[in-house]
Amino acid sequence: MKKILLALALVFSTAFLFAQQTYPINGSYDIRPGLYAFTNANIVVNANQTISNGVLLIKDKIIQSVGTGTAIPKGYVVVDLKGKYIYPSLIDAFTAYGIPEAQRTAAGGFGGTRQSIFTSTKKGAYNWNEAIRPETEVRSVFAIDTKKADDMRKAGFGSVNVINRDGIARGTSAAVTLNDASENLVIIKDQTAANYSFNKGTSANDYPSSLMGSIALLRQTYLDATWYKNQKEEYNISLEEFNKQQTLPQLFEADGWANILRAVKIGKEFGKDYIVKSTGDEYQRIDAVKATGASLIIPINFAKAFDVEDPAEARNVSLGQMKAWELAPTNPSVLEKAGINFALTTFSLDNPRDFWTNIRTALDNGLTEKQALLSVTEVPAKMLGISDKVGSIEKGKLANFLITSDNLFKTGNIIYENWVQGKRFVVSKMDVTDLRGVYNLNADGIGALTLKITGTGGGTVAAIERTGVDSVKTTATFVRSGDWVSINFNLKKNPKGDIRLSGYLTSVSPIAFKGEFALSEGTIGKWTATFKEANKETPKREEPKPVIAANGPLIYPFVAFGNTLQPTAETVLLKNATVWTNEKEGILQNTDVLLENGKIKAVGKGLSAGTAKVIDATGKHITAGLIDEHSHIAGSGGINEGAQSSSAEVRIADIINSEDVNIYRQLAGGVTTSHILHGSANPIGGQSQLIKLRWGKLPEELKFAGADGFIKFALGENVKQSNFGTGARFPVTRMGVEQTFVDDFTRAKEYQKALAVKGNNVRRDLELDAIVEILNNKRFITCHSYVQSEINMLIHVADSLGFKINTFTHILEGYKVADKMKAHGIAASTFSDWWAYKMEVQEAIPYNGKIMHNVGITTAFNSDDAEMARRLNQEAGKSVLYGGVPEEDALKFVTLNPAKMLHIDNKVGSIKVGKDADVVVWSDNPLSIYAKAEKTFVDGIAYWDLEKDAQVQKAQQVERARLIQKMLDSKNKGGRTQRPTGIPQTLYNCETLSDYSADLNEAMEGAHSHE
Amino acid sequence: MNKYILTLFFVLATTVASFAQANISPAKAQTKKIVIFGATVHVGNGQVIDNGYIIFEKGKITGVGDATVVKLNMTDAEMITANGKHVYPGFISPITNLGLAEFESVKATLDFQEIGNMNPHIRSIVAYNTDSKVPPTLRSNGILMAQITPQGGTIAGSSSVVQLDAWNWEDAALKIDDAQHVNWPVTPRFRGGFGGARPGFSADALAERTQKAVSDLDEIFAQAKAYAEGEKPTTSNARLAAMENLFNGKEKLFITADSQKDIVAAVNFAKKYGITPVIVGGDEAYLIIDFLKENNISVVVKQPHALPNNVDDDVNMPYKNAAALANAGITVVVSIDGYWQQRNLPFMAGTVATWGLGKEKALQTITLNTAKVLGIDKTAGSIEIGKDATLFISAGDALDMKTNKVEQAFIQGRSINLDNLHKQLDKKFSDKYRIK
Repeated sequence: MKKILLALALVFSTAFLFAQQTYPINGSYDIRPGLYAFTNANIVVNANQTISNGVLLIKDKIIQSVGTGTAIPKGYVVVDLKGKYIYPSLIDAFTAYGIPEAQRTAAGGFGGTRQSIFTSTKKGAYNWNEAIRPETEVRSVFAIDTKKADDMRKAGFGSVNVINRDGIARGTSAAVTLNDASENLVIIKDQTAANYSFNKGTSANDYPSSLMGSIALLRQTYLDATWYKNQKEEYNISLEEFNKQQTLPQLFEADGWANILRAVKIGKEFGKDYIVKSTGDEYQRIDAVKATGASLIIPINFAKAFDVEDPAEARNVSLGQMKAWELAPTNPSVLEKAGINFALTTFSLDNPRDFWTNIRTALDNGLTEKQALLSVTEVPAKMLGISDKVGSIEKGKLANFLITSDNLFKTGNIIYENWVQGKRFVVSKMDVTDLRGVYNLNADGIGALTLKITGTGGGTVAAIERTGVDSVKTTATFVRSGDWVSINFNLKKNPKGDIRLSGYLTSVSPIAFKGEFALSEGTIGKWTATFKEANKETPKREEPKPVIAANGPLIYPFVAFGNTLQPTAETVLLKNATVWTNEKEGILQNTDVLLENGKIKAVGKGLSAGTAKVIDATGKHITAGLIDEHSHIAGSGGINEGAQSSSAEVRIADIINSEDVNIYRQLAGGVTTSHILHGSANPIGGQSQLIKLRWGKLPEELKFAGADGFIKFALGENVKQSNFGTGARFPVTRMGVEQTFVDDFTRAKEYQKALAVKGNNVRRDLELDAIVEILNNKRFITCHSYVQSEINMLIHVADSLGFKINTFTHILEGYKVADKMKAHGIAASTFSDWWAYKMEVQEAIPYNGKIMHNVGITTAFNSDDAEMARRLNQEAGKSVLYGGVPEEDALKFVTLNPAKMLHIDNKVGSIKVGKDADVVVWSDNPLSIYAKAEKTFVDGIAYWDLEKDAQVQKAQQVERARLIQKMLDSKNKGGRTQRPTGIPQTLYNCETLSDYSADLNEAMEGAHSHE
Repeated sequence: MNKYILTLFFVLATTVASFAQANISPAKAQTKKIVIFGATVHVGNGQVIDNGYIIFEKGKITGVGDATVVKLNMTDAEMITANGKHVYPGFISPITNLGLAEFESVKATLDFQEIGNMNPHIRSIVAYNTDSKVPPTLRSNGILMAQITPQGGTIAGSSSVVQLDAWNWEDAALKIDDAQHVNWPVTPRFRGGFGGARPGFSADALAERTQKAVSDLDEIFAQAKAYAEGEKPTTSNARLAAMENLFNGKEKLFITADSQKDIVAAVNFAKKYGITPVIVGGDEAYLIIDFLKENNISVVVKQPHALPNNVDDDVNMPYKNAAALANAGITVVVSIDGYWQQRNLPFMAGTVATWGLGKEKALQTITLNTAKVLGIDKTAGSIEIGKDATLFISAGDALDMKTNKVEQAFIQGRSINLDNLHKQLDKKFSDKYRIK
């Protein structure tokens, strides 16, 4: 009952101003004219125009006129704003205001409790996958949140874009004002944008579990929606709505610069220009971000300094984290200088009021006030298509404006009032009499005292002083309520106990009070106070602008061992080495290798140096760069999309992570090319990506240009989920695995046929597209495999359905079917000596490589492990131990042979004139445990240099020390700090199952939980 | 025709039954004096004899020296000429679940981790499976002894040291219950997720949990010490009783700790009970070398073939860790994770040699140092008179995979069978394809 009353009361209280035509009123109507004239103000019309001594007229919710010398018609409430400022109220383009927190399902993952849920659990004719939910409309779920509205208004915001941050296709957002009237009145645009993300949110479906899965699902949804328009087979609300929303602005929530690039790439595939909400790290790769052409929405949330007083704890903070702390505040200014169109959001701030602290930090770091204002007014208004209503002070627009004491961005500026839709919200009372000063206080029977009122605003702190006999100096409690004051103090003696004064202002100029007082023993008397003089200001030194110590340089990538300058290719002559050519010349003694323009220019004895930089390699060995056929480094957001038995649609190409320190670590082990594979959670995995280890380059620049596409298949315990999972996903036996392949390839053939029919409306299926590519020899299989029965099986399936198997990877029982593999021309990429970790490797033997090699199979050793990849040369050495493979052949296991099976042996894999200058200089025989990779060249660039590394480490120590000192300084100045927690290193192997969305959500919650 | 050949091979395979794994029998006791002559003898204590000889009788070494000056009595002796070859003391694998696990993913074969947090009464020796197919694959790379160690909890239990050629665990045992293994409670450095957060647990809550675990450990040690000193109570306690030998020095205390703070805490904890512990792991031990030396602490470093703990760390730090400690004068033992992986132990020492320690000192980290730390150095760990003749002959440098080639190995003087499952399968299929 009480609740209802309260609700009614709220309705009444708002009804007076904002009459809703359609809503009945209980009682008499109270519709007020809402006519106000604001005079003598400095009106900041927009970022480019300020009117001094201006007049603003508003009527009801709308601005009637802005200008100077305006005659004020009768009937207006006049507000004199002499010396004060009017600004348009701010706009936040990215909030979850008024949307209830979504209930998230518990994270699944390895051994998790998640059930297998394959398709939508929602009632209604919706999309198969719950993460595609464009039918969600903010306008139908939004509810005013008075508490949050108040917080936002106090920070100066007048309207916000509301997003239901749930799902990959999230439906439409709406623009609302922060008025506290009814929903019908505050919604100023019902559909501002169609919203997207890579996070599946509350979706109960297993798929997608990885970032690449999210990307694939979004891609497929675009295709499905196009198909849907021209079909009569099904009714699908989600696709119906998806199509309708394509004319709206498209807003993508991405996390970090790498995801901006990913989102924009998808957008371009489908002709969409996303506005991207990111996380504020764009300065790290500003050129790449700029090149996307995307408009951005950027939070202004800067990390707190780490508490690094304990050096042992400080070790947990990485250089990347420290540099991010230092450089993040430069982000807005970097964006501005780059000419990127961007809005600023309060999103992810603990409290909207932190917005002002942070924006001033950004201004100190070079952001201009003009840009700052644009980014919270006109830019977001334009992005959201609400420029006709908000964003500037213009006739016809909503009366959304701020009244401030000063320039909005100036330290000490006070926001007095925030008017939203013509309704006044007082933030800080205007025109309060300033009571600060020194007074003669006289109280009956106590004698003359001095009262001193100081503090902020009109005065908040008081002190009492008595000179002469019983001299005393004490603070007093001082409470002010409008013109009423109460003062409480204790003089110790004469009289004893507290003296309680209360009284009121009797005169303003000069200020005078009078009132009554009470002593502790009950005596009551009268007191007066008269203004004596102004407070003697201790001459306030103009606070020196905080000297911003120079920031450290950017590094590429933005982690330890990153380069301040991108290394470039030099002409290098490596002199007098033992050269393992991998060609018919074999191993050459006392031979030179010349690298020029990223290629091997010459190999021979006594080569002339010319202009080349000469490196004496006497006593050293030179080999081609190592090639890892099976790697899972340099990926983001999971490398398994195992929720379905086939995930041929997902692409490692979409999730390459250029910032993975393992790239550098593997260069230190002589690796130059890595084949980044999907994991082995399902029979048909995803499309793989070949990369070169170009440390510091962008994800796209790591890709091995012109290489054939591959796809990961898998057999055995992993795909039948013997050791994890619910056992509910097909297949769970090797028998079922066969049928998965039969089914997919059969469907792919029929699909290809159907597509060939003119005028067809076959639904484009990215999964089958990949299989069709295999059938057409445009994509090649590398298949994770262990026992001989399954190897034999896939060979049979391939024969019967007419496709080729390029490589069996792992292939630990390859030695049992080597003759069959040889007959089919299938290559083998195995481990040197792994066994006993699963039942299916009970007969895995280290002689496997040797036997397959001797049978005539192209044989390689791979890593599947970020650690082992650092010493693949030693793994090759083990083929000498186990089976006596000749050394020259053994080295080919990790160089030329993987190049052959990856179809890149025309470019890499041997020391041959014309091939890429991917070359390693070793201290010793490369197959020996005693060999160190001293230099690793990729495209003629020495990305690894053992000597230079020592210098880099030293420089890094200095840089860390500088940043630690800076953090300590920040802490000493009262800056907030956070506990040092390291960032866990993400290491993937075949079996890593992850949950990208759950990780994201955890990260999000975590960001708020550890103050 | 093909079929015929196949059948023929099957017949062959069955007739050469002595190759089948089940029949790789432990070797019989040494009966005849054996002399190895002309080899480079790596003594295991840092010394090398370039052209050396070794004599052993009844399982014990009776002579070692320079072959160029010696006169040998060859009556009733078997002579092994080993010119150009290398002889090493048998390598010792510390801290391994060898024989306690057969297939990592098959629960029924896993016997190394008991439930419960305080398990000092748990003993590995009784579960050590001498018939595991794994040990023969280690022996053929020179690993002839191992410390079979239980895992998990705060107190994991007692390890025992075995030799790898035995009929049963009794035969195998070199030292039963050599050490108790404690995992020092640690606060997770990374709080889950990639944002570094673990929802539900604040940093303080996690630190508190760690503190509680340390208190629990302290409590059981205090009680065990009192239990050991007092009269035998009417109600006996197997856990407390099992800890008695820690306080009288009969059993060692191994504590796994990696961060500098944890290592210091662990050492000081043990000292309180009059125990000098062995530190296992020791990632950050190099940061507190003085402390370790002052307290005479030995360190079992984890496998050098590992990734650095921190993104910012020297990418080769794990390779260099052992050398940094050993060169500062600390007794260092090199280990490697797991059980089947132990056959790579020699190459861990090789890596340590490459990255700053030198070959003979590196050899010590898998032989004499290990024997010392395990408390078996009276009988094992080096090729010295009076010790067990547990050693092997390799055609080349055994610390390098390129040259490691174990041709003959002896455990307590017994010439052991170097065959294993892998060699058998190699032979089976090489024969099938008629290749070498």
